[in-house]
Amino acid sequence: MAGQLKEVRNRIKSVTSTQQITKAMKMVSAAKLRRAQDAIIQMRPYAQKLQEMLSNIVSNVDGDASVSLAEERAVEKVLLIVITSDRGLAGAYNANIVKAARTAIRERYAAQHAKGNVAIWNIGKKGFESLTRHGYKTHATYKDIFLNLKFEYVQEAAQAAVKAFENREFDAVEIVYSEFKNAATQNFVTERFLPIPKIVKKAGATKADFIFEPAKEILIAELMPKILNTQLYKAILDAHASEHGARMTAMDKASENANELLRSLKISYNRARQAAITTELTEIVSGAAALQG
Amino acid sequence: MTLEILTPEKKLYSGDVYGVQLPGTEGLFEVLDKHAPLVSSLGAGRIKILKDKTATSSYSIQGGFVEVLNNHVTVLVEGASAE
Repeated sequence: MAGQLKEVRNRIKSVTSTQQITKAMKMVSAAKLRRAQDAIIQMRPYAQKLQEMLSNIVSNVDGDASVSLAEERAVEKVLLIVITSDRGLAGAYNANIVKAARTAIRERYAAQHAKGNVAIWNIGKKGFESLTRHGYKTHATYKDIFLNLKFEYVQEAAQAAVKAFENREFDAVEIVYSEFKNAATQNFVTERFLPIPKIVKKAGATKADFIFEPAKEILIAELMPKILNTQLYKAILDAHASEHGARMTAMDKASENANELLRSLKISYNRARQAAITTELTEIVSGAAALQG
Repeated sequence: MTLEILTPEKKLYSGDVYGVQLPGTEGLFEVLDKHAPLVSSLGAGRIKILKDKTATSSYSIQGGFVEVLNNHVTVLVEGASAE
C-alpha cells in the first residue's frame, strides 16, 4: 500500500512540473505572437502604398503593361517555397504545411516530380527535415531566416527566386505557408509567387497628371521585384504569427490535459491513502482485541 | 506638405515638412510645397528632410520609390538608416 502511495505521489510531482513547462511555453508564445502580429501591422502601409503606386502607374499607361515576370510558360520546372517553423511543439502546424506541400506536388505537379523537376526551398528547419526524409529535392540556403527575421534576408531569398525564374531555371514558383487568421485557426495555403498575375487597371486608381521619372515601363519593371519581396515577407510574417498562435493553442490544451490528469491522480492518491489508514486501524483494533481476549 | 517615409519593417518618418531632398535614379532633386504629381525611383544616397529652412535630418538609403500627390509625399525604401 505504501509503495503505491509513493508511486502516485511521484506521478503527481512529474505531471505538475510538466504543466509548469507547458504553461510557461504558452505565455512565451503569447508574447511572441503579439510581436509577430505587430510586425504584420507595421508592414501593411508599405505594402499597400507599393500596390497603389503600381496601379497608379499602370492606369496611366496606354494599352497593356507587359512585364517579363508575368510571362506564362509551359510549366516544366517548379519551385516550391515551403515555410515552416524551426521548433516543434506547435500541434500539427508543421505537419499540416508539409502535408499541403506534398498534396500540391501529388495533385498538380506529379509529372514534373516524376522527372525530378520539382525543387523545394525550405524556410524553417522542421519542414526541411521532414521533406528531406521523404526524399524530396530540398535546398536549405534560406532555411535559417527565422533565426534572425529581417527584411533584407527575406529580400535576398525573394530576389534569388525571381532571378531563377528569369533565367528559366523554374517556370512557376509557389509559396506554401500558413496564413494568419487568429491565434486558434491557421489557413494553410499554396500561393502563386511567379509568374505574377496580369496587372489589371483598377477603376479606383488616381488618374493624375503624373511626372514619371524614369519612364513608366522602367518604373513598373523596378516596382515588380519590390512587390514580390513584400509578398514573400508577408508570407513569412504570417507564418511566424501562425506558428506562435499554433504553439499557444497547443500548450493551452496540454496544460488543460495536465489539469485533468492531476485531478484523477489526486483522487486515486486519496483513495490509496484512505485504504492505508483503514487497514492500519483494523490492524490496531484487532491487535487490541486479541490482547484483551 | 506632409512627408511619410515607409519601410517594410516600420514607419520611419511622418510629419509636416518644408521640403525634402531625394536621390533620384536620374539625379538628386528636391520636393517643395505644392509640387506637381510625381512618381520616381530612387537610387542609393541620402534623403535630407528640411523640417523648416534651418533644421534638417537625413537618412541614407539603398534605393526605393517616391510618390508626390496632393501635397503629400510618400517615400518607400527597403533599407534605411538614420545619419
